[in-house]
Amino acid sequence: MGRILLACSLTARGLRRRPAAAALLLLAITAATTVLTLGLVLRGVTSQPYQRTRAATNGPDEVAYLRAPAQAAALVRAPGVTGASGPYPVAGALVRAGGLVAAAEAEGRDQAAAAVDQPKLTAGTWVRPGGVVLERAFAEALGVGAGDRITLNGRWFTVTGIAVTAASPPYPDRCAAGCVVPFPPGARGWRSDVGVAWVTRPDAVALAASDAAPPAYLENLTLRVPSRAAALATAYDAAHPGGGAPFLVPWQSIQAADTVMIQAERQILDPGAWITGLLAVASVAVLAGGRMTEATRRVGRLKAVGCTPGLVAAVLLAENLVVALAAAAAGLAAGWLAAPLLTRPGAYLVGAPGAPSLTAPDAGLAVAVALAVALAATLVPAIRAARASTASALADSARPPRRGAALIAASARLPVPLLLGLRLVARRPRRAALGAATVALTVGAVVAVLTFRASAAAASHAITGGTSGPGYPVFARDEQVLTVLTVVLLTLAVVNAIFTAWATALDARRPATLAGALGATPWQVGAGLAATQLLPALPGAVAGIPLGIAALAIANDGGQVTVPPAWWLAAAALGTVLAVAGLAAGPALLGALRPATEILKAEAA
Amino acid sequence: MSETAGASVLRARGLSKTYGKDAALVRAVDGVDLEVAAGETVAIMGPSGCGKSTLLHLLGGLDRPTGGEIWLAGRRVDQMSEKALARMRRNAVGFVFQAFHLMEELTAVENVELPALLAGRPPRAARRRATELLDRVGLGDRAGFLPAALSGGQRQRVAIARALANEPVVVLADEPTGNLDSAATVEVLRLFDGLHAAGQTLVIVTHDSRIAATAGRMIAMRDGAFIDETRLTGGTRGDLGALAGLDG
Repeated sequence: MGRILLACSLTARGLRRRPAAAALLLLAITAATTVLTLGLVLRGVTSQPYQRTRAATNGPDEVAYLRAPAQAAALVRAPGVTGASGPYPVAGALVRAGGLVAAAEAEGRDQAAAAVDQPKLTAGTWVRPGGVVLERAFAEALGVGAGDRITLNGRWFTVTGIAVTAASPPYPDRCAAGCVVPFPPGARGWRSDVGVAWVTRPDAVALAASDAAPPAYLENLTLRVPSRAAALATAYDAAHPGGGAPFLVPWQSIQAADTVMIQAERQILDPGAWITGLLAVASVAVLAGGRMTEATRRVGRLKAVGCTPGLVAAVLLAENLVVALAAAAAGLAAGWLAAPLLTRPGAYLVGAPGAPSLTAPDAGLAVAVALAVALAATLVPAIRAARASTASALADSARPPRRGAALIAASARLPVPLLLGLRLVARRPRRAALGAATVALTVGAVVAVLTFRASAAAASHAITGGTSGPGYPVFARDEQVLTVLTVVLLTLAVVNAIFTAWATALDARRPATLAGALGATPWQVGAGLAATQLLPALPGAVAGIPLGIAALAIANDGGQVTVPPAWWLAAAALGTVLAVAGLAAGPALLGALRPATEILKAEAA
Repeated sequence: MSETAGASVLRARGLSKTYGKDAALVRAVDGVDLEVAAGETVAIMGPSGCGKSTLLHLLGGLDRPTGGEIWLAGRRVDQMSEKALARMRRNAVGFVFQAFHLMEELTAVENVELPALLAGRPPRAARRRATELLDRVGLGDRAGFLPAALSGGQRQRVAIARALANEPVVVLADEPTGNLDSAATVEVLRLFDGLHAAGQTLVIVTHDSRIAATAGRMIAMRDGAFIDETRLTGGTRGDLGALAGLDG
């Protein structure tokens, strides 16, 4: 018990000695845990908003798409059917709102509330003659709200309300589960995305008449055993072959189509969590390495007063594990709170989806990953420090540097900053490799975002043929997720660059001071220290370009991606390298400006 | 403090260095006047903590004085920018430290050529000069050795060779034998004797009277100030071994 208390006390003191380093470590692991938590939370979030919407709108178990109203009678009388609404006439409509054009199914509804599938208004009022209610995702894509004026097949309507429904997936996936939209002539060859608009029955019939096309019909059904909806639909569709109406769409298919966006986000977040985790490991490894360099004399003192190597290792490990635990808690909270922002596609159903659930196994996994990150990065340095001889630790002798003979020889021909930089890189090749990997991951993330933008633009152009349609919520949301991920990755990369520069400046104190004593100017020493970051960053940045493109292709299930223009990629790589150089300059210059006598005396002591 | 016969290459007037303030004020160097002529060897002696090393760092531009003036090769250095100071150190000063301060990942010859490379000399010329200097200090056959593979005396000889790389106006040696055994001390003394004979200006800080006896002039220092000066005619010529407490 006494030893545990001693270890706890030493751990607390160790953390208090370096609050800035502890804060940066906390930030790095928190970022990784946040992204991981987001990925885990999204896994369980998909069904909740839809189920709530079904409950709030008396959602149907089956949606029947019919050619004629008479086809509804047999369905309503079928065994197991407990409720129905409809049949409602459905007309294909070409919607014009502002400069945008889109296709929609205009569903003719009664002004009175329906027993089954009564869309829930989130703004405005229900249908009235000359008024239209738009599904929320569709309205957002068109950029219209209650009170705006739009045209359907050339007729002016006032948007009286915005509503959500469980009888159809949100825009642009209205037809993903099934629809019978008879496209108006003006919409032929138009994009396949279809929204839903509710109008009065007479208006729907009039819209169909304006296309000289008969309306289709839609009947909503509820079943005694809702879980049998899919089986019933399969049986019904088998009995009515031919590919068109009549056919049934079970609620399970609508729910599956509704989760397309969240699934797309998870395709990005899952690899993103891994990349973030790797960056966090790199951050912690550099930080822990730097802290161990500083802790050498402390280790010597602890051992000199009788601490066993085991206790010393435990204290050093505990310092990082305590931070990791706090970071895991912060990351879990941040991820849990941020998840609703990413699951807003679910909000196209009813209201905000609310805080997604975070299960105990998910929380346990996030904590375990945070601890594993800290452990993986600090175990080896902690054991190495604990096993070091007490005398050498007391003398604060740093880990002997590596000798890169070829690099030393080659650097003799270079200008002084590069000469110093290359030689310092050669002293710590593992740190240089870590720096290169960090930059590769960062550039990779930026390139992935750029590639996604280029691919989305190309896909959008291919669908619309260059005409102006409403935006794609899937693309917009994916881009948002990628941007959030990139911000997290950039934050980690910034933390890493500072860590690495700081650790290098610490490690290079003596050689840098000696170079100064031998005649190198402070600028040359500072530039040399900055070059230690820049030199590994260059190959890392180059490697990051194909890495980012390949990562997006993999996240896209091996699908085609459009490579962005070369100057975008070059700007991403160069910008990252320059940012690393800028971030490294601060610690490097601080290191270069330390009085030479102070360091030379310390080394001599 | 003293007038010298030759042209003065290093001069300090009213030099002071203080740390802290009020009750905690420490005068590490307190109003020192010094003039070193070209080709002269000056030994500064005193107990530990008397300010010898601080004085040497001030003279070499490694630290800035709190007051006073320092002139080196006709240029006032105490008001120089850091960049100008670095250039001055590079071209006019050679340092020899008690702890050697060699780069442990560089071989002996790479250590010696480093100041020349920092001064922008062509790599081949720098290597040639480094090889010559290593031959001169008797380590031509150890040129490719890392410092860890050399004895203390050999390391200090490499450090002396490094100090000479850019043909400095003055070599400043801070307890050059402080970490050496007697035999190695003799090796280093011989080298300094050779440098003195070749006309190299030397300022050696030491608390070892045997080292001080090799100088042409010996200055005693205490509490940051010079308290005595002795001119030693003849210097070390002859029996270094006896001076160092050895037979030869």
